[in-house]
Amino acid sequence: MSELSGLAGPRAGAQADVDYVQLLTPEGVRVENDAYEFTGDDEQIAGFYRDMVLTRRFDTEATALQRQGELGLWASCLGQEAAQIGSGRALGPQDHVFPSYREHGVARCLDVDPVEVLGLFRGVDQGGWDVVGSRLNLYTVVIGAQTLHATGYAMGLERDGLVGTGDPERDAAVVAYLGDGATSQGDVSEAFVFSASYNAPVVFFCQNNQWAISEPIERQSKIPLFKRSSGFGIPGVRVDGNDVLATFAVTSKALEQARSGSGPSFIEAYTYRMGAHTTSDDPTKYRLADEVEHWRLRDPIARVKVYLARSGGVTQSFFDDVDAEADDLAADIRKRCLDLPDPALVDAFDQVYAEQTPYLVEQQATYTAYLNSFEVDGPESGDGVR
Amino acid sequence: MKQFLLPDPGEGLVEADIVSWHVKPGDQIKINDVLVEVETSKSIVELPSPYAGTVSELLVNEGDTVEVGAPIILIEESASDPVEGQAKGQQTERVANLVGYGPRTGPSKRRPRRHPEPAEAPHAAVAASFGTHQPVSHRHDHREPLAPGLTKPVGPPLPAPGTPAAEPAVGGGRPLAKPPVRKLAKDLGLDLTTVTGSGDDGVITRDDVEAAATRSPEPVEIPEPVEGPSGDERVPIRGVRRATAQAMVDSAFTAPHVTEWVTCDVSATMELVEKLKSRKDFADVRVSPLLIIARACLLALRRSRSLNASWDEAAQEIVYHGAVNLGIAAATPRGLVVPNIKNVDRLDLAGLASGLNELIMTAREGKAQPADLSGGTFTITNVGVFGVDAGTPILNPGESGILAVGSISRRPWVVGSGADERIEPRWVTTLALSFDHRIVDGEQGSRFLADVAGILNDPGTALLF
Repeated sequence: MSELSGLAGPRAGAQADVDYVQLLTPEGVRVENDAYEFTGDDEQIAGFYRDMVLTRRFDTEATALQRQGELGLWASCLGQEAAQIGSGRALGPQDHVFPSYREHGVARCLDVDPVEVLGLFRGVDQGGWDVVGSRLNLYTVVIGAQTLHATGYAMGLERDGLVGTGDPERDAAVVAYLGDGATSQGDVSEAFVFSASYNAPVVFFCQNNQWAISEPIERQSKIPLFKRSSGFGIPGVRVDGNDVLATFAVTSKALEQARSGSGPSFIEAYTYRMGAHTTSDDPTKYRLADEVEHWRLRDPIARVKVYLARSGGVTQSFFDDVDAEADDLAADIRKRCLDLPDPALVDAFDQVYAEQTPYLVEQQATYTAYLNSFEVDGPESGDGVR
Repeated sequence: MKQFLLPDPGEGLVEADIVSWHVKPGDQIKINDVLVEVETSKSIVELPSPYAGTVSELLVNEGDTVEVGAPIILIEESASDPVEGQAKGQQTERVANLVGYGPRTGPSKRRPRRHPEPAEAPHAAVAASFGTHQPVSHRHDHREPLAPGLTKPVGPPLPAPGTPAAEPAVGGGRPLAKPPVRKLAKDLGLDLTTVTGSGDDGVITRDDVEAAATRSPEPVEIPEPVEGPSGDERVPIRGVRRATAQAMVDSAFTAPHVTEWVTCDVSATMELVEKLKSRKDFADVRVSPLLIIARACLLALRRSRSLNASWDEAAQEIVYHGAVNLGIAAATPRGLVVPNIKNVDRLDLAGLASGLNELIMTAREGKAQPADLSGGTFTITNVGVFGVDAGTPILNPGESGILAVGSISRRPWVVGSGADERIEPRWVTTLALSFDHRIVDGEQGSRFLADVAGILNDPGTALLF
């Protein structure tokens, strides 16, 4: 059991000596790693910084909107920005993503309008963005189910001849985002089995944020999560999930291997959920304040800011501009969220099948006639699904 | 003027308690400034303002329970806001609505709702830190932001990684049995905790239950236990338990109790019991040390009338009873009952023996009549049958004395004197007397106890009484 000694201590999530790939320390110092290297420049790092700040601002505004009654629920990604931006920016132009429900940073990397994400949580649609155009599948709330979808899609890529051709404009891979809690799900084990058996080009990107709602990681796994996949024949690696450079480097390499036909891999991004599981959760009921404090010192954004200010040739005006942009973003999404039109229930009939069926057409007509039997003026009638 | 309606801060909550207001009328606020802290059945959360402007009025008070959708605050939006100017006079504007809740106002015609730009762009702490005042839920006792470095753990420490969770007691400490067997035991009125399981891992089988049921006395009627959380068993307080509780509380908090003990050699009493057993007069009754102890009490009460007395608070009198109605505390299937034998001081020893027998039998069968249970004047409780040495008995309400008799067991005892002094195994017991100190002083209580102990030690001294 000596190999597990790295997990001994007061809390697995509070380890100072966790063994993982790290290229930028919490103090903002770049360090070397034998296997992984960040080859980008400071401009790219500044871009990561901007992405993370805007993601956090979006997330904060969404939490506020929920508290103001404008969203039914919100799953905050506070603290996981580096894991999401690092992996999201590693995606190639043909890669496809199957997210869980917290991947707001990844959605940003794939240019999904944040207001479309809010629409789902506002309950005005079931997830309305263009999954083909954006290459971001809809958020999946069923824990771990998306890993099967991703595996199936990846197997399809292979059958379509889109893997291992050596043509960078053709080869594609899939990223399945999952959480630490999902690794306890049977679906995830099945996805491991199938992806390994069929050498599917899928990267399982697990954000281990230490808590599956109120269940700590050490109650879910007796071994570090990244070691779990090896039993399925899938190589696993652990990366500092609060280090955007390392996350980018590790994900880039895993995606390259997948696109080249080397099969699936598993990445454990070691991070922390700073906020509640969702706005319906109260984390103070199950975890300690000093644990949160420990992770606050490992903030993914602060270390990049320190690095940029000290070594990246960035001036204060850059940070000010990003802050101003974040405020504009917040105001913009607030306004557009409030302006989201309520859906009409009659439209739901159109959304059952890809092609409308005669029976549904009939139902829709009957329902429309029913609605029209009421007076039109006065307060809005109950035509919305809200 | 804007109303802020109480949103549903969780999922499907219908109301919340107002914990504390963070603003007051006249305060200038920005969008997302914390207005109020509310507590729902799930958590305590801070509600940020959807408007910028001046607080006009708080519509609910701290401590109020407010329905989701009810207005809680009025906010005058910033006059300098240019968008506000355009919005003025627009009666069609809908108040910030609640998802899934809240009324709608205005005509049905859909038009884009206008929302003012905030007078000042919100500069919530976002960029480089996890702001402590972000509107995420947190606990009541965490209201103050933590000072840097000052972090105190809340609650019990979390388990260390790799530490196995405490082994859950199988079945929450309940005896192991399959559901049909449990039902059988329930139908038979059998308490499974009293049954030893013969199956694997001590699982109680149907055979075990049936065997135990044939050994068991009559099924006991006990109130249906109601399972509480975490395996607790909740039994309604009824019947004998309620009566006992009431009597004990009445007694313990009315009569100031004093308890005295004496440990004595009762070997001579044990010899006497054996002798009596062989006598014809006692052929059909059970002779036990309790008989001699009861007799000793009756004799001693002749000298200590205050232990056979009652305190009449209403009349402001002490009632010295002319007769002794001797109560015997009996553990019965229904619980503790204290039936008494009336005018027991007038009975001879054989009469006392049969009286005690009858009383105990009747009580055990659960057939003690109300008359048997009332009117007692002195009580003996034989806790020795449970193998304990003595205790602090609580007076039967209205009585002034109660004697607890401990177990009678072989113990080393110093006998003889001078050069002959030695330790011998003897029959020894401990007597504990509680008395009502309003009526009985230490002197009388001590004398009574010494008298009883003296008779048990040397029954011949009974001739002195």
